Amino acid sequence: MAVVGGQRSRAEVTVSELQRERLAYKRSRSRRSTVVALLSTTVFAVVGYFTVTRSPGWPRVRDSFFDPAVAWRSLPAVLEGLWLNLRVLLVCGTLILVLALAVAAVRTLRGPVWFPLRLLATAYVDLFRGLPLIILLYLVGFGLPALRLAGVPNDYVVLGGAALVLAYTAYVAEVFRAGIESVHPSQVAAARSLGLNPQKTMRLVVLPQAVRRVLPALLNDFVALQKDCGLISVLGAVDAVRAAQIEQARSYNFTPYVVAGLLFVLLAVPSARFADAVSRRAERRQGGR
Amino acid sequence: MTTDSPVLGVRGVVKRYGGQTVLAGVDLDVHEHEVVALIGSSGSGKSTLLRCVNLLEDLDDGRILLDGVDVSDPRVDADVARRGMGIVFQSFNLFPHMSVLDNITLAPRVVHGVSREDAEQRAAELLERVGLADRAGSYPDNLSGGQQQRVAIARALAYSPRLLLLDEVTSALDPELVGEVLSLVRELAAHGRTILMATHEMGFARQVADRVCFLDGGRVIESGPPEQVLGSPVHERTRQFLRRIIDAGRL
Repeated sequence: MAVVGGQRSRAEVTVSELQRERLAYKRSRSRRSTVVALLSTTVFAVVGYFTVTRSPGWPRVRDSFFDPAVAWRSLPAVLEGLWLNLRVLLVCGTLILVLALAVAAVRTLRGPVWFPLRLLATAYVDLFRGLPLIILLYLVGFGLPALRLAGVPNDYVVLGGAALVLAYTAYVAEVFRAGIESVHPSQVAAARSLGLNPQKTMRLVVLPQAVRRVLPALLNDFVALQKDCGLISVLGAVDAVRAAQIEQARSYNFTPYVVAGLLFVLLAVPSARFADAVSRRAERRQGGR
Repeated sequence: MTTDSPVLGVRGVVKRYGGQTVLAGVDLDVHEHEVVALIGSSGSGKSTLLRCVNLLEDLDDGRILLDGVDVSDPRVDADVARRGMGIVFQSFNLFPHMSVLDNITLAPRVVHGVSREDAEQRAAELLERVGLADRAGSYPDNLSGGQQQRVAIARALAYSPRLLLLDEVTSALDPELVGEVLSLVRELAAHGRTILMATHEMGFARQVADRVCFLDGGRVIESGPPEQVLGSPVHERTRQFLRRIIDAGRL
């Protein structure tokens, strides 16, 4: 509203009395909405605060979940664990993007020659999308090393990461595939008519549009992966969740879990805002005239 | 609603995009059963004017009166005002995820509270009239451009609006398909519809319109019966424009 107002005053040539009155009305409406938003937020916050702090068990809960001293003491260990989560996230995230794109591409291949490959990709997606992540973690983390095959790592971080990659590649491949299939056939026709072969059509025309369209969904999966990186703790890797557990066992206080949880939330906020910005930009590009 | 007020009154409408003034104070009346054609070069503001009339754009000044009621007032519910108007867009804007029948019955059912049976019966009549009775179950992507535009016209007519706005309805069509859409518009005009249309088809404007308005630089430069505006224009800008059109072989 302020921007529009500023623009108007710059371009102000001759504004009629009627328009001046209308602008004033619109400004008063937007002021009113701001006031209403402020009021309702305040009421909501106050009610929430008193509901929690007036509950009978609040003193106990405060002592065992929100103890500042314990929080401060556990912070270094939890942060160190989080650094492991971050590294796992970045490596897994990259691997997932590349592999998922490959799986999606295979699933959209046409032609009888590719049937076995297509079948394999479909079976992979069905299996790993359906399997609960925690079971997959146990199978990969404890089952795979138990085979005692040469070359299988027995580092829990690597194994946990592998399980995450297996599961998330299946999800993200489906997101990519949905994006690829949402590109109108006329786009493929246009690209082929210019002499581009199917691979170039996919790479230069279809994929850029598909990825742009599914970016919000991809970022959503990225935030989910951020949290699920904490699940590698079930294998024994000392990540943020595991570090919190160790601190909790030492102090008989649950505050370290809250600390770890808050850190994960903080980690997710930039991704969420980035996703919002991306959607807004896409909307602007489609909107207008 | 007073009987002497025009169906549509445009009063000093100003519209700016960024620093650019597209409409610089347009005044225009469309009376009942009147067909008014807006002509002018690309970028003269014809489409913007139609979008402003349909309240799809916020005005920077001026008023839009429907049957004498100021509908551009921010206190007026634009959705209610739009119920009295139908607009047909240059590029059809049909909903690709709905069948032809659903495209036409959507507004009557969802906005005007018509029962599904009645809406579908009316849609079938309209499809009959636009010559597409057999395509009710088809989807827009499976129709030709001319067929899509005729469906779009049927969609705009489905709730019998008092005012029909046509935004260069033939400019996305090839010459062969232009005929089928123009003959449909001609029939609507003959039936006494109130129509405001932007068009590049001068020959058509001459045949169908009761009045032609020449838009230039965001203003109505010249307005009058088609024989006068297209035959012996008074204003120099109108003459230039028509000379260019004649040179291009479009009149």
